[in-house]
Amino acid sequence: MNPQLLIALALLTPTAGAGLVALTGRSPNRRDSMTILATILTAFFVWNLAPIVADGGRPELVLFEIVPGLEIAFGLEPLGMLFSLVAASLWGLTSVYAIGYMRGHNEENQTRFFVCFALAISAALGIAFARNLITLFLFYELLTFSTYPLVTHHGTAQAKRAGRIYLGILVSTSVAFLLFAILWTYHLTGTTEFRPGGILAGKADNMTVGILLALFAFGTGKAALMPFHRWLPNAMVAPTPVSALLHAVAVVKAGVFTVLKIVTYIFGIDLLADTGMSVWLMYVAATTIVFSSIVAITLDNLKARLAYSTISQLAYIVLGAALATKSGILGSGMHIAMHAVGKITLFFCAGAIYVGAHKTLVSELDGLGRKMPFTFGAFFIGSLSIIGLPPFGGAWSKWFLALGAADGHQYVFTAVFMLSSILSIAYLMPVVGRAFFLSPELEAPDDQLAAAHAADEPGDSSSDGDSSSDGIFANLHEAPLLCVLPLCCTAAGCLALFFLAERIHSLLTPIVGG
Amino acid sequence: MALISLDQVAQLGTLTYYLGGWEPPWGIEYRIDRTSALVLVVVTGIASAVIPIGPGEKSYQIPGHRHAMYYAAFLLCLCGLLGMTVTADAFNVFVFLEISSLSTYTLIGLGSNRRALTAAFNYLIMGTVGGTFYLIGVGLLYQMTGSLNMADIATRLSEMQSTRTVVVAFAFVTMGLAVKLAVFPVHQWLPNAYAYSPSAVSAFLAGTGTKVVYYLLARILMTVFGAAFVFDILGFDRLLMPISLVAMFAGSVAAIYQTDLKRLLAYSSIAQVGYLTLALSLGTTEGIAAGLLHMFNHALMKGGLFLVVACIVCRTGSSQISELGGLARRMPMTFAALIVGGFGLIGVPSTVGFISKWYLVSAALGSGSYVVAALILASSLLAVVYVWKIVEACVFGKAPEGAPQEEAPLGMLIPTWALLGATLVFGLSADFTTHAATSAAEQLSNGVKTAKLISRERRQLHAHTLAEPNAVTPAQESGQ
Repeated sequence: MNPQLLIALALLTPTAGAGLVALTGRSPNRRDSMTILATILTAFFVWNLAPIVADGGRPELVLFEIVPGLEIAFGLEPLGMLFSLVAASLWGLTSVYAIGYMRGHNEENQTRFFVCFALAISAALGIAFARNLITLFLFYELLTFSTYPLVTHHGTAQAKRAGRIYLGILVSTSVAFLLFAILWTYHLTGTTEFRPGGILAGKADNMTVGILLALFAFGTGKAALMPFHRWLPNAMVAPTPVSALLHAVAVVKAGVFTVLKIVTYIFGIDLLADTGMSVWLMYVAATTIVFSSIVAITLDNLKARLAYSTISQLAYIVLGAALATKSGILGSGMHIAMHAVGKITLFFCAGAIYVGAHKTLVSELDGLGRKMPFTFGAFFIGSLSIIGLPPFGGAWSKWFLALGAADGHQYVFTAVFMLSSILSIAYLMPVVGRAFFLSPELEAPDDQLAAAHAADEPGDSSSDGDSSSDGIFANLHEAPLLCVLPLCCTAAGCLALFFLAERIHSLLTPIVGG
Repeated sequence: MALISLDQVAQLGTLTYYLGGWEPPWGIEYRIDRTSALVLVVVTGIASAVIPIGPGEKSYQIPGHRHAMYYAAFLLCLCGLLGMTVTADAFNVFVFLEISSLSTYTLIGLGSNRRALTAAFNYLIMGTVGGTFYLIGVGLLYQMTGSLNMADIATRLSEMQSTRTVVVAFAFVTMGLAVKLAVFPVHQWLPNAYAYSPSAVSAFLAGTGTKVVYYLLARILMTVFGAAFVFDILGFDRLLMPISLVAMFAGSVAAIYQTDLKRLLAYSSIAQVGYLTLALSLGTTEGIAAGLLHMFNHALMKGGLFLVVACIVCRTGSSQISELGGLARRMPMTFAALIVGGFGLIGVPSTVGFISKWYLVSAALGSGSYVVAALILASSLLAVVYVWKIVEACVFGKAPEGAPQEEAPLGMLIPTWALLGATLVFGLSADFTTHAATSAAEQLSNGVKTAKLISRERRQLHAHTLAEPNAVTPAQESGQ
């Protein structure tokens, strides 16, 4: 099939899928099979594009011109290809998981949920395929607005508040900073197109480069760089499949992807390396890495802990981009894929624990591992990948990121990467440890834990009381098959990525011109 | 009678669409150049979208025996607005201004709420003051130049030096128009006038009234007095720009605190007028183009949004935000239209609002005012707040007891979607609008560069030469 057609089909399928889901909303079975069908087709189209890009093809598709010079256009390059592969593949698994989760919970408004889900994916693919900043901005905003109903899905006061913060931060940063930066770039260069090597070289003086980089980096609120990270933990009120796909994969990855793409294709890494204007961004990112890791350790709510872990891991990618060395960029690109697969596993597990055992706090998980071996086994694997231990995918991206820091003679950041790995052991391993090695009886005498219980989530206390009684515990079992199956797949994916890293590496190499 | 008038407007609407872009001299006094053709398209387009709403709405808001009056006043108002647009005679403008104003007072007074009468009276006072100011200004100009034809005045004015009389005339004319345009400190009439008039009238006024006055203001500043006089000698931009910025923020902030949908939109209009005058105050051709473009786009958005309100009022009988609960379920089509219009106000890409903002900020950057560019974007964030306030109410709010479950009648939905659909069409393929606005602006500013512009260019050139050695220094440093 010709690549233009594939691009168009890949973008259209989720949108059409959303329409079909809306139309078949009356019968849940038919609706859910529509979702699955759309995911399979989308993944098929995107995967068919991959070999073309790997062989050096750069298919393009100009949709139409708004006015001369401003056009909605798509063009594929390795980075976007990788992001779209990740998004499209994980969408399928998440859909399966979401169907199991939503049915297991008897959630309301399921049709709206799946419609918005599909729209969000087409927006994410639009971001991945965008050939210029205008197209990117268009889909960036579409992604924000299409995920808003997902975040506020429960319609409670807390969800509404989270939705406001979500929308407030994402829209205001994107309009006030990102759009401004885009306009400024356009004003300076007369184009908004992504070009290898960047478009700003020679067009802007050092000061302007620095300011623009700040506008772009903070304007991409989805990258959750501190201090604009607060939307992410708040958005965790959404149902877990949403957290999984959108906040481990589509939304946040769209953010860091945007930063990475702008650094490579608008600034060009040579420009940043020569002017040294990205050093401050390295420090901001490094601070974000360390602080959010420390915050993660203190949190008892599992999803919130994972959210802060995400913030920290996203900052890895931003840091890698800011280093502006070849290894740094490659490591960042790989980390998009590695972290996505690892983190989605963790979120799937968090959701499965909630469905199977109705537990949301880390301190409640004692002894659960024996009841839910698959879930916690997958959690363990996902954690190892996030920490960056072989033989899991995360090891490679961390390797390249640390190497990138060393290449740029920024040894302090190599140290930051190592420190953060240790911190991530500290916030992820206790979850697994508790589940497998502590027995539930041990929990009651522990005063500190009881205090932590009382402090956290008073609203959830109905289930808290039961956690220590053995009678209830005996009834616990694994989450529904539709939930467990996807998380086993992604856990296996973490392992597979360790061996497939070479493929990703060679796919990405052309973007740094070597 | 209603049918006949509807026919007339519909025909006029199509007729002008064919005329758009032409330059047929309509006799000596009535001239349609590119700018006025653009305005004509706006006015007739909005009018033909609003007229069909009338019958749908009348049974709810306007008592039966006043229908004839409604249509008569509507047509008179339309006639006045069109007259103001096509005339090339400064005094003739005043005549048409009064025709449209007087009929507007009637239209506003037709509102079902008793406060409509007060609103109309307020507007009457303010409007008359504005009109009189304008007349005084024209009188002074006539005294100086002995002519009432705009082009004629312009040539004669350029020959004489700026005497105090001319400056005073300028002040009177601008002030008079500013009142009618609802520029920030003299905007008080607008919220009430929009809020208490029948919804269709609000839509019509929001889409056309201020737009035509804006056109007049731009025309008089640029062609009659000339950009060089206005901006270089008087330094009018130093006054207009802060006022516009304040209007943008004050209007939006006020909009956030409104509890009535119509008032909210009205305050948003004041903020949008701020954008319009800001564009003008940049004093560049791009600025004027951005202003005209935003005029066109905003007419579509606001007209459409007020029609959405008309749909809501028609079914629920109220435009209070607190009573919008559950609207997303009750009237999905209306709600979708509201979302589209709201996105336009925010300036989400793919709507016309984005195109406006793009050109506006580009123009600001082009004239070197980076702070202004940043402020434009910052103020549009306030739009997010007030639009989202409505959306949240519609989605999460509880439906009031016994709320009607019906969608608005098709006769109202079609024009609403026609306008808001147009915002999407022109948001995605803005070639027509941007081209029309740019060429109109070029004609209006007549290719004359103001001294300010030239000095700005010089400064930029200077900065450029300065930047070169700058770029070298850090490289040297890192080399060491």
